[in-house]
Amino acid sequence: MRYIGLIHNNPEAWQALSQAERDEHDRDADAFLRMVTESGELLGGAVVLAHPSQAKTVRVRNGQPAITDGPFAEGKEHLAGYYVLECDSIERATDIVTHDPSARYFAVEVRPIMHMTASDL
Amino acid sequence: MTHADVEDLLLRELAPQVLGTLVRRYARFDICEDAVQEALLAATRQWAERGVPADPRAWLITVAQRRLVDELRSERARRRREETAATRIPPGQLVAPAPGDERAEEDDTLTLLFLCAHPALSPPSQVALTLRAVGGLTTAEVARAFLVPEATIAQRISRGKQRIKASGIPFSLPAEPEREERLRVVLQVLYLIFNEGYTATYGPHLQRSELTAEAIRLTRILRRLLPEEGEVAGLLALMLLTDARRPARNRPDGSLVPLAEQDRSRWNRQLIDEGLALVTDTLSRKPVGPYQLQAAIAAVHAEAARAEDTDWPQILALYELLERIAPNPIVTLNRSVALAMVRGPHAGLGLLKTLDRDDKVAQHHRLHAIRAHLHELAGDPAAARDSYQTAARLTTSVPEQRYLESRAARLRG
Repeated sequence: MRYIGLIHNNPEAWQALSQAERDEHDRDADAFLRMVTESGELLGGAVVLAHPSQAKTVRVRNGQPAITDGPFAEGKEHLAGYYVLECDSIERATDIVTHDPSARYFAVEVRPIMHMTASDL
Repeated sequence: MTHADVEDLLLRELAPQVLGTLVRRYARFDICEDAVQEALLAATRQWAERGVPADPRAWLITVAQRRLVDELRSERARRRREETAATRIPPGQLVAPAPGDERAEEDDTLTLLFLCAHPALSPPSQVALTLRAVGGLTTAEVARAFLVPEATIAQRISRGKQRIKASGIPFSLPAEPEREERLRVVLQVLYLIFNEGYTATYGPHLQRSELTAEAIRLTRILRRLLPEEGEVAGLLALMLLTDARRPARNRPDGSLVPLAEQDRSRWNRQLIDEGLALVTDTLSRKPVGPYQLQAAIAAVHAEAARAEDTDWPQILALYELLERIAPNPIVTLNRSVALAMVRGPHAGLGLLKTLDRDDKVAQHHRLHAIRAHLHELAGDPAAARDSYQTAARLTTSVPEQRYLESRAARLRG
């Protein structure tokens, strides 16, 4: 099964961290990614997203595109990055994610990814 | 079969033999396996240009040995050893051996299958290593078939090999009682490979069905090596009887057709005949294991010309037996369907109720999908719709979700 780890954070909360804390976060994030790469459970690499002020949101209504500045979700928290895990169960996935420093500083949402396979009915 | 297909099949048949020869000679499974992989890649390139050599097996052994020597040398260099410490293999030995006795080669294939299923390896490593070391597939091919990045598969393979190295597992068949347990894992690995290919509905079809074919090919080899093992024959029969339904299981748009609604004239008769013969043969062997029983159930379905001709009492009896020897909530779920067909939907619903207490099963979409189906049979469309909707919410499969949503929509109003 595949699970996505969605890192939600607040850019202001990140700015509020001390340099030492940010360094520690980066070190731990490296160690975390090395761990899941070595276990063969990380698919590809982690994706880190730019500041939400850089986002554009696209809507097409009646065939007319409308492009607005800013992320889709309003509020202080935003989607800061994600990664995909392949493992046995959501319990294993959440267990892995407890090692991600983002879970310590912010929050990581774990969700199953839909797939195209099906057993017989 | 095209020329390239024949070559590919030949390469894959030779892969475990060449690897076995090398490992018996030089130990070091980890680097021997890499060397064989490189020799296979070289063969794919060179044979296409220059044709298949007269003795393809000897060619592969020679090329793999060269790579092995290179690797051992650079390993030595890495360790900054003295140049004077010559490699372990004198250049004079860099020739293919006389055609070895076939018994040893067959034993090698079996030993490799058992080695790749070692419990020190995680199931994904077992699967990837089996396909590469025994199946002769490249890392890229395994990655494509599993829709996983190549680097991830490479990581699973190297991690598996590190475990084998660290555990000091010898290149020999395990003795009883370990052998029996290991055979169980070998069968599990092969069944995993089969299911990965079989359950694919659409998307990159070709590579997925290759996995099914590869699982069947490897299980056939295993059956040839262990003709007395009832469970090996049982697994092969289960694969054949399941694969026989493939032409009828999807509509052209990829949506699923349930067993009861499949056009049975499209089932693959040849696979069914072979599967049925195997089931008959294997059920006469004791003790009977879970694969033999699942194959027997698939055989009862295969023997019914129309869904309404299905011998449900026999299927129910087989599920009862299966539940006794291998208790498992999924078996209970399936038994509830058979029970409903024999004694009516309420009997099936009663059995499903006993599973609600199990938290894990209660969250499984299949429980709710079956409950919905039984409510429908019992003439309670409102309850059926609710259960279909619950099942649609819980499943992580897109085609299953589409199917469950369409069943729920049909019952609306």
